[in-house]
Amino acid sequence: MSLKETIRQPMPCQDPQVRRTNFDEVALGYSEEQAVKEAARCIQCKKPRCREGCPVEVLIPDFIKAVAARDFAGAAVKLKEKNALPAICGRVCPQESQCEEKCILGIKSEPVAIGRLERFVADWEMAQGASATEPAPAKGAKVAVIGAGPAGLTCAAELAKLGYAVTVFEALHTAGGVLMYGIPEFRLPKAIVDKEIANLRQLGVDLQFNVVIGSSVTVEELMNERGYAAVFLGTGAGLPNFMGIPGENLCGVFSANEFLTRTNLMKGFRFPEYGTPVKLGRKVAVLGAGNVAMDAARTAVRLGAEEVTIVYRRSDKEMPARAEEIEHAREEGVQFQLLTNPVEIIGDENGWVKAMKCLRYELGEPDASGRRKPVAIANSEFVMDTDTVIIAIGTGPNPLATKSTAGLELNRRGNIVADEAGRTSIPGVFAGGDIVTGAATVILAMGAGKKAAQAIDAYITTKAAEAAN
Amino acid sequence: MYPIVRKEILSASVKLFDLKAPLVAAKAKAGQFFILRADEKGERIPLTIADFDREQGTITAIFQEIGAGTRLLGRLEAGDAVLDVVGPLGVPSEIERFDGPVAVVGGGVGIAPIYPIARALKEAGNRVIAIIGARNKELLFWEEKMAAVSDALIVCTDDGSYGRKGFVTDALKDLYEANKDLQRVWAIGPMPMMRAIANTTRPMGVPTIVSMNPLMLDGTGMCGACRVLVGGETKFACVDGPEFDGHLVDFDLALKRLAIYRDEEKRALAALEHHREGGRCGCH
Repeated sequence: MSLKETIRQPMPCQDPQVRRTNFDEVALGYSEEQAVKEAARCIQCKKPRCREGCPVEVLIPDFIKAVAARDFAGAAVKLKEKNALPAICGRVCPQESQCEEKCILGIKSEPVAIGRLERFVADWEMAQGASATEPAPAKGAKVAVIGAGPAGLTCAAELAKLGYAVTVFEALHTAGGVLMYGIPEFRLPKAIVDKEIANLRQLGVDLQFNVVIGSSVTVEELMNERGYAAVFLGTGAGLPNFMGIPGENLCGVFSANEFLTRTNLMKGFRFPEYGTPVKLGRKVAVLGAGNVAMDAARTAVRLGAEEVTIVYRRSDKEMPARAEEIEHAREEGVQFQLLTNPVEIIGDENGWVKAMKCLRYELGEPDASGRRKPVAIANSEFVMDTDTVIIAIGTGPNPLATKSTAGLELNRRGNIVADEAGRTSIPGVFAGGDIVTGAATVILAMGAGKKAAQAIDAYITTKAAEAAN
Repeated sequence: MYPIVRKEILSASVKLFDLKAPLVAAKAKAGQFFILRADEKGERIPLTIADFDREQGTITAIFQEIGAGTRLLGRLEAGDAVLDVVGPLGVPSEIERFDGPVAVVGGGVGIAPIYPIARALKEAGNRVIAIIGARNKELLFWEEKMAAVSDALIVCTDDGSYGRKGFVTDALKDLYEANKDLQRVWAIGPMPMMRAIANTTRPMGVPTIVSMNPLMLDGTGMCGACRVLVGGETKFACVDGPEFDGHLVDFDLALKRLAIYRDEEKRALAALEHHREGGRCGCH
């Protein structure tokens, strides 16, 4: 079949005018026909470059081949061989900068829609009520996983499959981490996260909520008193960054974490039935252009804000969010004020935000990140009317677990120093995800959790062998 | 679930719970707080740890019914349970042996969290002078408990219905006149009271610690709702506090931030009242 003959199957979506008033999932997923058609576009490269682009090396051509042959169950088996949470990854991975970027079809035409196919297979399997993999024979060793986000959940699943008794300790009242508090329902339905957690329980993983490592229990106690042979720290990104400009503590200035947690985790959009309120003015400015910024902006639209604007100091080419999220945001009416950065947030007499003083920028030479550096234009100051500011410019590491663990090496920023396999400066203590890398993606955290599980297995096995000699 | 093993009604609007929460009880220290969530739809409510019993695995919480969340909480009885309890959170009070007397000041429900601090100071060998105050006699509690952990106790009410008539600030001024070697003051209560205490001790040059109770969600440093301006620097009350140098806290800002959701709180309260009367509010 010639490459020109088929075009990439479009993703069916809720109409933008309808979806901007609800929290239901935006992307509706491929039909079986669409999935088979799209899978047929894959030319089954001998050296599949797509796999190199995937942090967990999903057997991409294999599962796609099975889809093309209408063997969806077989596709699911292939997919789950490398990825514990495909329904989630298919929805939130930045495929265009990972697997799909490497797809050979992308050179002359459009790459195979790998992410959409992954989602299709995972959803198909879930709809069949498929059961989780049976755990291996018990190894007789306990492992503690700290944090029930993408890194911790993946690590726990891998370890359980290997036969370890795994306990996950989570500080919040529910599992999922950023999948629950951060990513909105319209992008990742919480029912899907719940199903993945149920699978984990089926594997025998014990989940304990309301446990803050570093204050309720320490890593040292887990290893020395509670008999855990190893500990995995996947505590994630913590403290939200602020810009350090005047006016940031005014009423009406929120971190994206606060705004999204109120809405997603605490279901503030159903206040007062749910007890946690979420507050929004009429003109909302969201600072930043990553996935979290898009999530915040689109949530603001759904909560009824009249005008929502993304304010970003670089140009549209540098926006770090997934292409699909940016496109969806535009369709839903989110405005983009690019090459702009605030220098001050201005308040009224009651301490509420009323405007933002901004500078216009242009792009200069590439900086250390390889992106062209934004440079402020002289005398370009202007005032933007806004009554709500949501700051989505990243997060720093949470200090609770790391500060309380003596001997744990941290870098200058406070992230845990860990090697490729997740080994930290303390034998038996492993780490992965945002607490090591700084704020990154769900899939990278999952990849780290998986690698650490293998390293934990090797560590415990070696130690047991040494003890036997 | 975390059972309520004992409930005490301290006044019409102030309730006490002993909650079974062994992990929190095992580690709790003076000055720390915890967060509870009554049920699936409830808010995460931060409360200071008023007391703890490591052997029984219980912690004591005292709260005033102000918003809808605390009102619903107040309806629970001994034998009921709350869905979530997490802690201990925050940095414990810095307790040391001082070279002279120290004062602890508790206003209203602030008497509860000041108690473990007074006890820890006393156990560390300090001469502890306590001042507790409330609007009226009905709102006072724990006089005997406070007396047991302090060398002297001054009780005041705004309306003079019990003890000395007047504000805790007046009592503190007199205390300072009689004890010029006062080493440190801890003050916990409503923000305007803590501000007044800080303003009182500033000219005296007596270091003053206040415990901030801003809006909070996760309590572990994730949301930043609880940010407080201290000496021009933004701090998170949940992980940097809740105790701060009272002379450096920007109370004006803190008070404004405390009122961010005032309209929503009124709405929730109105909906709650309406439900009680059997009306329909259209909220679900």
